[in-house]
Amino acid sequence: MEKFISHSGTGVPLRRSNVDTDQIIPAVYLKRVTRTGFEDGLFAAWRSDPDFVLNQPQYKAGTILVAGVDFGTGSSREHAVWALQNYGFKVVISSRFADIFRGNSLKGGLLTVILPQSEIEGLWTAIETDPNTSIEVDLQSREVRYNGKKVGFELDDYTRWRLMEGLDDIGLTLRKIDEVEKFEKNRAVYKPKTLPILS
Amino acid sequence: MGKALAEKVWNDHIVRQNAGEPDLLYIDLHLIHEVTSPQAFDGLRLSGRTVRRPELTLATEDHNVPTIDIDKPIADPVSRLQVDTLRKNCAEFGIRIHSLGDVEQGIVHVVGPQLGITQPGMTIVCGDSHTSTHGAFGALAFGIGTSEVEHVLATQTLPLNRPKMMAINVEGTLKPGVTSKDIILAVIAKISTGGGQGYILEYRGSAIRQLSMEARMTICNMSIEAGARAGLIAPDEITFEYIKGRPHAPKGKEWDAALAYWKTLQSDSDAKFDKEITLNADELSPFVTWGTNPGQGVPLNAAVPIPSEIEDEQERVAAQNALTYMDLKAGTPMKAIKIDTVFLGSCTNGRIEDLRSAAEIIKGKRIAGDTRMLVVPGSARVRLQAEAEGLDRVFLDAGAEWRSAGCSMCLGMNPDQLKPGERAASTSNRNFEGRQGKGGRTHLVSPLVAAATAIKGTLASPADL
Ligand code: SF4
Repeated sequence: MEKFISHSGTGVPLRRSNVDTDQIIPAVYLKRVTRTGFEDGLFAAWRSDPDFVLNQPQYKAGTILVAGVDFGTGSSREHAVWALQNYGFKVVISSRFADIFRGNSLKGGLLTVILPQSEIEGLWTAIETDPNTSIEVDLQSREVRYNGKKVGFELDDYTRWRLMEGLDDIGLTLRKIDEVEKFEKNRAVYKPKTLPILS
Repeated sequence: MGKALAEKVWNDHIVRQNAGEPDLLYIDLHLIHEVTSPQAFDGLRLSGRTVRRPELTLATEDHNVPTIDIDKPIADPVSRLQVDTLRKNCAEFGIRIHSLGDVEQGIVHVVGPQLGITQPGMTIVCGDSHTSTHGAFGALAFGIGTSEVEHVLATQTLPLNRPKMMAINVEGTLKPGVTSKDIILAVIAKISTGGGQGYILEYRGSAIRQLSMEARMTICNMSIEAGARAGLIAPDEITFEYIKGRPHAPKGKEWDAALAYWKTLQSDSDAKFDKEITLNADELSPFVTWGTNPGQGVPLNAAVPIPSEIEDEQERVAAQNALTYMDLKAGTPMKAIKIDTVFLGSCTNGRIEDLRSAAEIIKGKRIAGDTRMLVVPGSARVRLQAEAEGLDRVFLDAGAEWRSAGCSMCLGMNPDQLKPGERAASTSNRNFEGRQGKGGRTHLVSPLVAAATAIKGTLASPADL
């Protein structure tokens, strides 16, 4: 995973609440067996509308999605994270994210930043007034900066450290696999096994 | 201080705990399917890792599979590739798989309980948000993303932050014609689709205790629709009775040991919940959704809400958007809404009991002229059982379509989709825009309402027939 320390880019204002994962990427786009190529499915139902933000030329280069409340509700499909990343987004900012989506995003290196709704409104106004507004999302200081403004956000130390080091969870767990072995020795014998097949 | 049930199960699975880090939990059962696993297996191969405990892993084909002509190769080449990829991955890593045509094939959340492999006090994960279904057995079960699938395959563990606990007390007795689906739709309408975020929900109270395992699964299934990652119900005699004798249930001495442990799995009387809400089951009536998220629901006897009367601005705008998408006028009685397609199935309501209760309403009647009804059993076993009981004849004689097992129109990944503008009454769990097919409109309902709606052609309850 790439290290995430800070990111500067322009924003895309998505003025919608409750954008669920079926909206981020509909199920018909989930059939690929790779992690790439999902950008075509991103917000597929809305992409045919010329007024949709992603279709507006002034937002083409945006890498920071600023969305309404409850972003990423619905299914656990990590494809939603990949679609956003494949499209070029590095950060999503919202006042509330669905748990599974947030977990997936932070595991995959897509930074999800939670700001109060009033700050989201401020960002929307700034971006819509000037689409070239430069926004800096700094994980080191846990701040979003734009137009001389600084807005702090929270992220637990552990996740922040993992993102800044670009560490993958599996590698971290495998370093301590002896603890897993120890746990397994004490597991109850009646716990079910899927093999061999019984009928 | 006492502990909540979910806390007990959580604590029993901690492999490692360090302040400032997520807990590392051991996973007792990992369920996989074709859609969210290919990239995880790819990841394993790329880093030269293996599956740590194939015997705690189980695969089935469900999301993508056709529900007709299952003896022929899958027509859609992309779906076929995904299913073939799962088969190859399972063969390579030694994982048990139930493929299309196998008697144990079906929706992953129907298959686990049916095999008796879902048991109280377990940790169960799957790359599917409705894994919460298994919580009906007093298991801690939740959906995970593909990176987490890879983590579980490689290590049989998962790093997780401990959620908060919410008690949902449902007291009293349901009136006839009211089901557990109506309970959960009413809960979600009450706490909203974000209300459960960060919590594990525990459903308790006298109304819950009276429910069958099937009905409990319907409730736990939709915990995610309230924003919660998991929902569970303490196991009791009904649970033990359901598990006993199933293929993977413990036997002999092991049964006794398991049972002794299972009986400890209840929230202590002095357990503290971070939040608690109470619902009166006697007051509930059949519930349906009018909008595009599962929290946008009302009693079937009510009317489509009037957005201008909603105080919260975000909610008002969401309601307006929903009504536009759903092509509904504010104030229209729900029962006046005409339905094109009725879908009976999914991991929410595709179990034998659901099919039985719908068949009982439909028996001897005909489906309304221009309404279509699709009946899709949750698993091949459910289908066989239903056929042994003659339920297939009841549906077919009424003019419904009788299909093979899979997710089908719940998410429309296979050819079972709504056409643009088509309106469905669906026993599934999500009414998102386009969920059941691009431009399709979904009203979530119970199996009883689904059956009555099929006969009437408009949203209806059995009492309206
Ligand atoms: S039936 Fe629907 S909700 Fe259940 S697993 Fe399949 S797609 Fe998901």
